[in-house]
Amino acid sequence: MTSTEKSVSADSFRHGGGRSMLDRVQHALHTNPSLVPLLVLVVSVLVFGILIGPRFFSPLALTLILQQVAIVGIVGAAQSLVIITAGIDLSVGAIMVLSSVIMGQFTFRYGLPPGLSILCGLSAGALFGAINGLLVSIMRLPPFIVTLGMWQILMAANFLYSRNETIRAQDIAAEAPLLHLFAAKQNIAGTDFTLGTIFMLALVLFLAFVLRHTAWGRHVYAVGDDPGAAELSGVNVRGTLISVYAVAGLICALAGWVMIGRIGSVSPNVGQLTNIESITAVVIGGISLFGGRGSIMGTLFGGLIVGVFTLGLRLLGADAQWTYLMIGVLIIVAVGVDQWIRKVTS
Amino acid sequence: MTQPILQARGLVKRYGHVVAMDGADFDLYPGEILAVIGDNGAGKSSLIKALSGAVRPDAGEIRFQGQPVQFNSTKEAQRAGIETVYQTLAMSPALSITDNMFMGRELRRPGFAGSVLRMLDWGRMRAFAREKLNELGLMTIQNINQPVETLSGGQRQGIAVARAAAFGSRVIILDEPTAALGVKESQRVLDLIAELKARGLSIVLISHNMPHVFEIADRIHIHRLGKRLCTVRPKNCSMPDVVGLMTGALGPESNPAEVVG
Repeated sequence: MTSTEKSVSADSFRHGGGRSMLDRVQHALHTNPSLVPLLVLVVSVLVFGILIGPRFFSPLALTLILQQVAIVGIVGAAQSLVIITAGIDLSVGAIMVLSSVIMGQFTFRYGLPPGLSILCGLSAGALFGAINGLLVSIMRLPPFIVTLGMWQILMAANFLYSRNETIRAQDIAAEAPLLHLFAAKQNIAGTDFTLGTIFMLALVLFLAFVLRHTAWGRHVYAVGDDPGAAELSGVNVRGTLISVYAVAGLICALAGWVMIGRIGSVSPNVGQLTNIESITAVVIGGISLFGGRGSIMGTLFGGLIVGVFTLGLRLLGADAQWTYLMIGVLIIVAVGVDQWIRKVTS
Repeated sequence: MTQPILQARGLVKRYGHVVAMDGADFDLYPGEILAVIGDNGAGKSSLIKALSGAVRPDAGEIRFQGQPVQFNSTKEAQRAGIETVYQTLAMSPALSITDNMFMGRELRRPGFAGSVLRMLDWGRMRAFAREKLNELGLMTIQNINQPVETLSGGQRQGIAVARAAAFGSRVIILDEPTAALGVKESQRVLDLIAELKARGLSIVLISHNMPHVFEIADRIHIHRLGKRLCTVRPKNCSMPDVVGLMTGALGPESNPAEVVG
């Protein structure tokens, strides 16, 4: 919108008495930025439902979508926290994979009890995240650069430490079934919900609660919105940033555990696309890359949209490239909508 | 003479080669409105930031109610009862009025929900915010959950002053509170400041607006080249004299008015 257009619309509002429809939509989105992805989700489900028919609504289809979204949803939740602080975490995928490798190798190479190995993997994830956080908050380095470096470091460490070996699914099932915990299935109304899916949903709801109803959650938003203002208001900006990156690392490690359940084996070669998928879910979910705005529920919707598109287009027999094309369009539209929402005036 | 509530002696702050404060002194007495004026770059902001805990001076001493204090953060100054309304207002635009009023000092629910689940008490915070805005006659704002960025400049300033008034028990520092406002909104803020004084608070007002300063200040602290040049009473002094002192056209020894402090 140009400035002349803006002043014209502001004038017409003042003299015309009522608000235009568009203004009202803008305000509604401003208060509730996850409405857009929710709408896109509903519409895309309806469109694919009409095109594909009942097959799309089958429990199997739902099972597939949820399984696919489980890991992206968990990592996306971590990514959401970081992006709300106006940062970005490019190391989420690497933290996830290295943590899963630590869980596997500690069990099979050193013979630690699986529970202890898992604890080590989770601690490692939180530690990597905390290092990101320290570099961003104390050294004041840009998050993009810090996490780009961390991504490379952890990816290399991952291949060096694992010696590029995969731990086979049969061995895990026989000797350390705890690593497969999140693959456990619960059948609800014909649909298989893995424990991983349920965990993802619970995590998103929990984080939505924390962000809304605790001081820490409000500080995460304030730090992303205007760190200077937050500091002057008495918010511990550094502490909040470090904790956000550390929690994000911990969540990525949990995603690594869930991933072992999903693919069965422990492999250093997986999760290469997780970074970009998590950022896609966050952006389509209406969380502003400029920080301070958006809700974590949006990320869940964003992840589901990608899942629905992927499965819907596959069931239609379309080339998989169409999925990427559509997702690319959605990303650009989502960022455009975010810019528009941010221009809201009273 | 009564003891100053907030006092500073010989504050020094350097940023590289730039000396922002060069042995600055400061005295604020209980229940008064002290205006701090000075040319751009005179070091007013650094002085204010040192007093409000946002900046730690390299040297010098700050005394609060006679006791030497060292504020390492704005939070520590807030705890002592010193609230500051910054020129930038220090508000998060995307967050609500309630969020902003309680940022950094949120209220938690009583009992299990608060102590274990760490849940915020939105009901109590909203009621408190509404009450404070009402007290200062700011209830033209109907929706306490409105994001701050949807408010007008005057309304935002009002919220920032209300926040300071709600929590500041001793001293309120206002940095250029009328700079961004229109005539009517400025008058509203000046009334608010007078109202705060009537409640017994001590007020520091940083302003470039001489008519505003002469309207409400009890004393004027003139800052020049990183330190206090002198303090005058607006009753015994004309605006051109004050501007002359501030810009260096007049020396303090040639000051025709009574110099106090």
